Amino acid sequence: MTPALTIEGLRKTYKNGFEALKGISFDVQEGDFFALLGPNGAGKSTTLGIVSSLVNKTSGEVKVFGYDLDTDKAMAKLQLGVVPQEFNFNAFEKVQDIIVTQAGYYGIGRKVALERSETYLKKLGLWEKRNVAARQLSGGMKRRLMIARALVHQPKLLILDEPTAGVDIELRRSMWQFLKEINAQGTTIILTTHYLEEAESLCRNIAIIDKGLIVENTSIKSLLQRLNTETFIFDLAKELPSAPELSGYSVRLTDPRTLEIDVEKKQGLNAVFNELSQQGIDVLSMRNKSNRLEELFVSLVETSLNKEANQ
Amino acid sequence: MNSKLIWTAFWTIVVKEIRRFTRIWVQTLLPPAITMTLYFIIFGNLIGARIGEMGGFDYMQYIAPGLIMMSVITNSYGNVVSSFFGTKFQRHIEELLVAPVPNWVILAGYVTGGAARGLGVGIIVTALSLFFTQLHISHLWITLSTVILTAIVFSLGGFINAVYANSFDDIAIIPTFVLTPLTYLGGVFYSISLLPAFWQGVSQLNPILYMVNSFRYGILGVSDINIVFAFAMIAMFILLLGAYAMHLLNTGKGIRN
Repeated sequence: MTPALTIEGLRKTYKNGFEALKGISFDVQEGDFFALLGPNGAGKSTTLGIVSSLVNKTSGEVKVFGYDLDTDKAMAKLQLGVVPQEFNFNAFEKVQDIIVTQAGYYGIGRKVALERSETYLKKLGLWEKRNVAARQLSGGMKRRLMIARALVHQPKLLILDEPTAGVDIELRRSMWQFLKEINAQGTTIILTTHYLEEAESLCRNIAIIDKGLIVENTSIKSLLQRLNTETFIFDLAKELPSAPELSGYSVRLTDPRTLEIDVEKKQGLNAVFNELSQQGIDVLSMRNKSNRLEELFVSLVETSLNKEANQ
Repeated sequence: MNSKLIWTAFWTIVVKEIRRFTRIWVQTLLPPAITMTLYFIIFGNLIGARIGEMGGFDYMQYIAPGLIMMSVITNSYGNVVSSFFGTKFQRHIEELLVAPVPNWVILAGYVTGGAARGLGVGIIVTALSLFFTQLHISHLWITLSTVILTAIVFSLGGFINAVYANSFDDIAIIPTFVLTPLTYLGGVFYSISLLPAFWQGVSQLNPILYMVNSFRYGILGVSDINIVFAFAMIAMFILLLGAYAMHLLNTGKGIRN
């Protein structure tokens, strides 16, 4: 099957000499929900900018569903919908006009464009705002407007560059639900985000980019399996004067009612509960200290930094 | 893209452009109407009455084609430079760049939008001029082709200015310091035959002279310059500016990193 996106040896050096991409390569398979992660300035937006034709590449090859962005640009672009990080619509235009105009750029006639704009504006909860100037929308509504605009030509590949940045939790979860639905209907999705919980919850595969290089490209499942130690927080029923001794575990008392315990994958949690129970310590609740993917992400980026320091 | 898709994309840009300048008509259509009315009153009626004839016509009749052309030039240029710069500034140029719209369609759409405003204002000013003088068109096709081609030349100029502009100041510099002086010195208010030989030669370096005179020839049947040469000059400007604008779009100057 032809990959939804093929990136081969992609390089970008800006005019000021900054080398944003140092020859990255990866594929995104059709139907995938793919996360492209990395710290600020790692090269994520440059990569997506090149795929979206907003940034000129220095060298390398980009194919969208087999269509080369250099030699078959129009067909490649027809497959692609883009939701950028920054708002980039005419703030003085009405919401529905923005969608209909964008449809026109893809050769969609006004009648069909009006029908599709109604469909997507309703799906994204913006139909009531269709005659409002875009500048009057809230931040979350503006993000949803950009998603509706990117979908109006029904692309096979949707690129979302931090789509939920600055969006409240309730809206973020409704956007996740919407994205899961369109992915289930066959749209391939590539997502960049700083919310690793978002990537873990939505995506099946992942590439981590740092300093212009891909430092990891695998499935989220296999990545999480590499996590050897997890830190759990235990909320206690009664106050403790000091941290209890648990054989083989590193235990910290962060406040009289909260324990922090590092648990290696091979150890499991049953032994922790047994030992706590034997010492008469009642646990009310337990949670991960941080998102699992976040721990891995930090360790991978730190490894990359250490390698660079040692070179 | 097939021709239907290209046509739809082109028409979408044109409609968007026309909707933009008609939505803000108080800023785009009303000011030239007021300014040109003042020109007709002050230069035509009050001062013109004392000047007498020029080129065999009363002064009001003589300057009317020039004033119409001046409004077409400034509005064609102004529409594209402000619209395309605004598109860059607000970043909604990205809507076009991600879409499968060929660069020549982007250019054609903006230029048609600019020409539409220039010609729209030209019609308004022509209608106003009829309150002050009588205009009989001597050569219809020369009149129409000159005004349309001139609108295209200055729409292309506005586009190039917008590509290079980095701030709102940058879109005001060319109209203020280049376009306005060239227009005033381009034979709008006088025949260059009034000038000494040296300044007549200098005036012939001014491209606007050819457009104003060609248009005046179309309406009044008089011109300071050869009409065929004037059309050749206008065509040359369209080719040069069009090719340069396409080069800028293809290299992504000012719009792509």
